[in-house]
Amino acid sequence: MIVARRNSILFSALAGFLLFSLASNHLLSLEDRTASAAMTLQGTGATFPAPLYQRWFKEYNQMHPDVQINYQALGSGAGIKQFQQGLVDFGASDAAMTDEEIAAVKNGVVLLPMTAGSIVLTYNVPGLSELKLSRDAYVGIFLGKITKWNDPVIAKANPGAALPDTAITVVSRSDGSGTTFVFTSHLSAISADWKNGPGAGKAVTFPAGVAGKGNPGVTALIKQTPGAIGYVEYGYAKQTGMPMATLENKSGQFIKPDLASGQKALAGVALPANLRAWITDPAEADAYPIVTYTWLLCYKKYSDPKTAETLKSVIKYGLSQGQSFSADLGYIPLPAATVDQVTKALDQIS
Amino acid sequence: MTSGAIREVSRPPTGLEIASDRIFRQLSLAGAAFTLVLVVWIVVSIARVAAPAVHTYGFAPLVSTTWDANRAEFGILPAIWGTLYSSILGLIIGTVFGLAIAIFLSEGFLALGLDAVITAMGLSDNPFWASMPVRIQDLLQIIIELLAAIPSVVYGLWGIFVIIPLVRPPADWLHSHLGWIPFFSTTLSGPGMLPAALVLAIMVLPTISAISRDALVAVPPKMREAAFGIGATRWEAILAIFVPTAATGIFGAIILGFGRALGETMALAMLAGNANVMSWSMFSPANTLAALLANHFPEADQVEVGALMYAALVLLAITLMVNVVGTVILQRADSQLKGLR
Repeated sequence: MIVARRNSILFSALAGFLLFSLASNHLLSLEDRTASAAMTLQGTGATFPAPLYQRWFKEYNQMHPDVQINYQALGSGAGIKQFQQGLVDFGASDAAMTDEEIAAVKNGVVLLPMTAGSIVLTYNVPGLSELKLSRDAYVGIFLGKITKWNDPVIAKANPGAALPDTAITVVSRSDGSGTTFVFTSHLSAISADWKNGPGAGKAVTFPAGVAGKGNPGVTALIKQTPGAIGYVEYGYAKQTGMPMATLENKSGQFIKPDLASGQKALAGVALPANLRAWITDPAEADAYPIVTYTWLLCYKKYSDPKTAETLKSVIKYGLSQGQSFSADLGYIPLPAATVDQVTKALDQIS
Repeated sequence: MTSGAIREVSRPPTGLEIASDRIFRQLSLAGAAFTLVLVVWIVVSIARVAAPAVHTYGFAPLVSTTWDANRAEFGILPAIWGTLYSSILGLIIGTVFGLAIAIFLSEGFLALGLDAVITAMGLSDNPFWASMPVRIQDLLQIIIELLAAIPSVVYGLWGIFVIIPLVRPPADWLHSHLGWIPFFSTTLSGPGMLPAALVLAIMVLPTISAISRDALVAVPPKMREAAFGIGATRWEAILAIFVPTAATGIFGAIILGFGRALGETMALAMLAGNANVMSWSMFSPANTLAALLANHFPEADQVEVGALMYAALVLLAITLMVNVVGTVILQRADSQLKGLR
């Protein structure tokens, strides 16, 4: 009997707890609803511009406390996917949507380049602070044909440098990524072997080496592996203090990755009307060779006009004041002509 | 005791008590049934998404070695190989240490040393000090079980920053001196099978040591006394009688550890190198099914998701099989020992 009574006490405690949690859930959801009386915008997409976007959205929220913008940096592919399925108010991607992808969105798509960035080759060769890589050298390394740091192809561009007899370990991204897309598109543009071999894409099977997850994974592997080389975003390499290789560009010059050389690359590219341009191999004399725009994906028509208005206001902020944060965070501010073009394109959104 | 209190204690159950009893029983039953339904549900829903891929590719992915989403080639053989290789290697290391810990904690080795100290200090009559060895044993067991509470991603980071630099010098030495042995045939560039397996070994350690210890403790006292009674030394008793008696339980522990190792994702995605390579070398980078899934899901398109679900189904089949075998063995171990008690 005592056992039975204990059971019933336990049971009523359980039932009470259940009721309580149901009630508190209910209260919570009520709270949610009142909060959403203000404007909330949902976005998903690329990790590359995420630090910049998040900075914009925070600053914007401080000026307009009634507007809350949630940006989830799940990756370019996820950004495009969720945007196509209509799960978000806007998407973001380092790889502009293709025509087929655009055709699948019935509300229409406006692609807006918001910022740009360089992709750098970062390495871990003890005792080597400066490294110049010719086109043959870095294509050869990533194809797995050049396997030692003292290979004559690398040595040719680095006279006097103490290149060790260490094996090269290529580090690539294990997860699908816009960074991989931009980098492999560049390799495909400059090397037929790459184009016909691994090819270009968000997830490419690299012929050599190991792979880490995300920029942090790649960076950690490079730091821990003497002889490693890999590709990461310029802003990330800058923040983590990784050495960056100087690369040979289309005109045969060796260019250091920095703000100026990135801007040169953008300057040489005129954006078409749909604002979609792949800069696979910039031709300007002083341009850094691996540079990309990154896009916000917006619908042409929004069911709620207030959403469209708010989104446009946020984007205008990003295009004007927002650009001033770019250089600090390792991005390339958009050229003035591009800002004008993108601002005009906002009129398509309603 | 007053008659009132007796009446209070021996009264028949009230309607509320009977009702709550029944409801509680029904709730428990529903909870148990729900767990079963959940397993079936997961299997069915994965199988449904994987069906188109299974239909299109048949058994080809199981023998193909290339995973290239751009060319719609989805070979998972290297991932299956890597999953089994890393798990078995990790398991061998984990078993050696796990079993050693289990023997140490169950056969009173700690008490042997500590008792002498306590007696020498004249504290053996003090109940607090006399129970010290048992307490320390329990504490050690808890600490080992705490290993299971460390998040997988922490193990991964620890592996990258501690294990890899630690194993690189011996690995380089083994490769340059014994490179003709297939297990040492490549250099360890950084991430690879060995660091992954070492971290796996630590992760399965709590499972193996806890269950093996239980199995050793369950060896009937009659048997222990008989062993020493016929004049066996401590080591003879442990190795020739206790361990073989507990063997089924220990084997079950190993199989359950195997199941845990197979499904481990994050640490392996960070340490194995994610390269679709099949090699006998412990220093070569590799890939595993779970890491493959974790890496490719977020950016996968419709076709690739199908292929990934195919891989998930294969992983699920392997793990389910291993776990079922482990559970069956453990149950057998229990019933075998029953006759001896």
